[in-house]
Amino acid sequence: MAAIEMSHIDKRYDDGFHAVKDVNIDVQDGEFMILVGPSGCGKSTLLRMIVGLEDITSGDMVIGGKRVNDLAPRDRNLSMVFQNYALYPHMTVYENIAFPLRLQKMDNAQVDQKVRDAADLLELNEHLERRPANLSGGQRQRVAMGRAIVRDADAFLFDEPLSNLDAKLRGQMRTEISRLQKRLGITTVYVTHDQTEAMTLGDRVAVLKRGVLQQLASPRELYENPGNLFVAGFIGSPPMNFMPATLKGDQVELPFGSVSLPSHMRDMLKGRDGDLLIAGVRPEHFEDASLVDGGADDGATFSTKVDVVEWLGNETYAYIPFEAPPEVQSQLEQLEKDLDGESMRTQLVIALDGASGIKEGDEARIHMDVSKMHLFDPATGQNLTVDVEHAGTIPGLEVSTASA
Amino acid sequence: MKKGTGLQYWIGFALILVWCLLPVVWIISLSFKSEAETTTGSPQFLPKEATLDNYRAILKDSDFTHALLNSFGISLIATFLSVVLATLAAYAIARLEFRGKKLVLSLALAIAMFPVVSLVGPLFDMWRTIHLFNTWPGLIIPYMSFTLPLAIWTLAAFFREIPWEMEQAAQVDGATSWQAFRQVIVPLAAPGVFTAAILTFFFAWNEFVLAISLTSTPLARTVPAQMSFFVGPDPFNPPYAQLATASVIVTIPVIIIVLLFQRRIVAGLTSGAVKG
Repeated sequence: MAAIEMSHIDKRYDDGFHAVKDVNIDVQDGEFMILVGPSGCGKSTLLRMIVGLEDITSGDMVIGGKRVNDLAPRDRNLSMVFQNYALYPHMTVYENIAFPLRLQKMDNAQVDQKVRDAADLLELNEHLERRPANLSGGQRQRVAMGRAIVRDADAFLFDEPLSNLDAKLRGQMRTEISRLQKRLGITTVYVTHDQTEAMTLGDRVAVLKRGVLQQLASPRELYENPGNLFVAGFIGSPPMNFMPATLKGDQVELPFGSVSLPSHMRDMLKGRDGDLLIAGVRPEHFEDASLVDGGADDGATFSTKVDVVEWLGNETYAYIPFEAPPEVQSQLEQLEKDLDGESMRTQLVIALDGASGIKEGDEARIHMDVSKMHLFDPATGQNLTVDVEHAGTIPGLEVSTASA
Repeated sequence: MKKGTGLQYWIGFALILVWCLLPVVWIISLSFKSEAETTTGSPQFLPKEATLDNYRAILKDSDFTHALLNSFGISLIATFLSVVLATLAAYAIARLEFRGKKLVLSLALAIAMFPVVSLVGPLFDMWRTIHLFNTWPGLIIPYMSFTLPLAIWTLAAFFREIPWEMEQAAQVDGATSWQAFRQVIVPLAAPGVFTAAILTFFFAWNEFVLAISLTSTPLARTVPAQMSFFVGPDPFNPPYAQLATASVIVTIPVIIIVLLFQRRIVAGLTSGAVKG
């Protein structure tokens, strides 16, 4: 087992494409680290640089205290699960799992012992004599994992291992991987574009965009304290709502009315009076005002017309369109592109309690939890109200602290 | 309607079968006829009295058996070397980016298209000077240069089909490049290797022009060349029965090899490597 330290890692391809830009990530011993981002963000490239399948243009890759930049993959003692499994089709499941051990010239009895242990762990015992072609997707996935765990590797690397499975199997395998990692306690780096996997599996998550590290924090920190618009929009489903906000003294003017700025944000927004900002509020921080008990302590209530309602039983999604000024509009369109074009028209998506009786076309009273609101700079995308103590590491932010 | 289609199918099948196999059957039948029978002028299709005399005679002919040995030796060595070199070259072409890759490929194709006859003269002169005339290497070298291009093209196509991840996985598992190549890539490319081997072997086994021009004695003469020396005592009456017998004997190894290798040329061996 070993810690993996990446400092100032850069990757520039021969054709000049700058795939990874000055990334610093420290994966602690035994930690489950997720690299997440939309396609083309450099997460897979970064993983392949860790394992040695891709050259590092500059920077230091240190695994277990040893600089490995110039070591071949076989000398790094890491094991990897590929996106398409990369099983050896001419070998049985047994030989597939045994392959790394055979290369180490381990004697047969020991190989057998280790292969059977791994097969036990992954419930592959009855399939050992079959060939990969005759296995189902989930079984192939487990064989690939067996090949990774059979060797006492310093770390596991996963390259989108679940993306070829159907939704149900994906959920099961996700739990399986989590269980396995906890049990073996091995340093793990896991690449995915799926934010659900990122949130559920990782001890910490590194969010990348176009080769640049955006934020490195625990899932909870990412969710509650996104460092910028991109992270805020990427993490969470349905995504965070963004709307124009104008600062007027202690008041913030939103499309639906004016709310008073919570006290903890006032200092952070000094000198921004009169500026046009982007406010971000998660869907669940809205509620049907009639269902909110007690006085609206930290909240604000406003009336608006509901466009579409989706009732899901336990909760209800309501869609409320609004107009955005061009400055905000262009920033939101750019964000949409960065997030692989998830359609983000200027509307609020709000999650109401399933008991809410609001119907389509209603003029509804909606309560908003203002204390959970974030305000972003429309020009830089930076979160101006981020709680740096609980936001992990945000590159470029001076007061960044070590993660919890 | 369906019955009609079935009948037409069988008629067509029979016609093609007759068309293809009649000459073969004729040669086999001829090989069992005595000399008296073949010289009568109007031979019937089947031998009146089947005899093994021709086989006995031809296997006693030391020139022929030596030619058979030469054929086997030269073809097998040429095939082996050609396939080994082609495997390495094709792997490099499929996997590596290097300058002049296009040039190598087009040059290989150009060589394959070159008419063999045009090389006979220069080779004859060269081989005489450097003492390769009438030797095994003297035939193996030109055979290789004519079969390598085809083998390289065939194998390169097979290697390109093998996913990169295969050898990357092997490397991460602790294999050297050579081990990854040897234990993962070559087994996966086996159908391609066997295809290339068969094509190369057939070329070397059947080749006539070089074999007759670059040899002068039974020392290195192969069967196709040796057969042209079966003239018999009477120039107007070639020993048809013996020629037919020799033809049957040289065909047998080819049939055996095809049957053996055919089982190995199984398409879809890579299925199951990556997601289904």
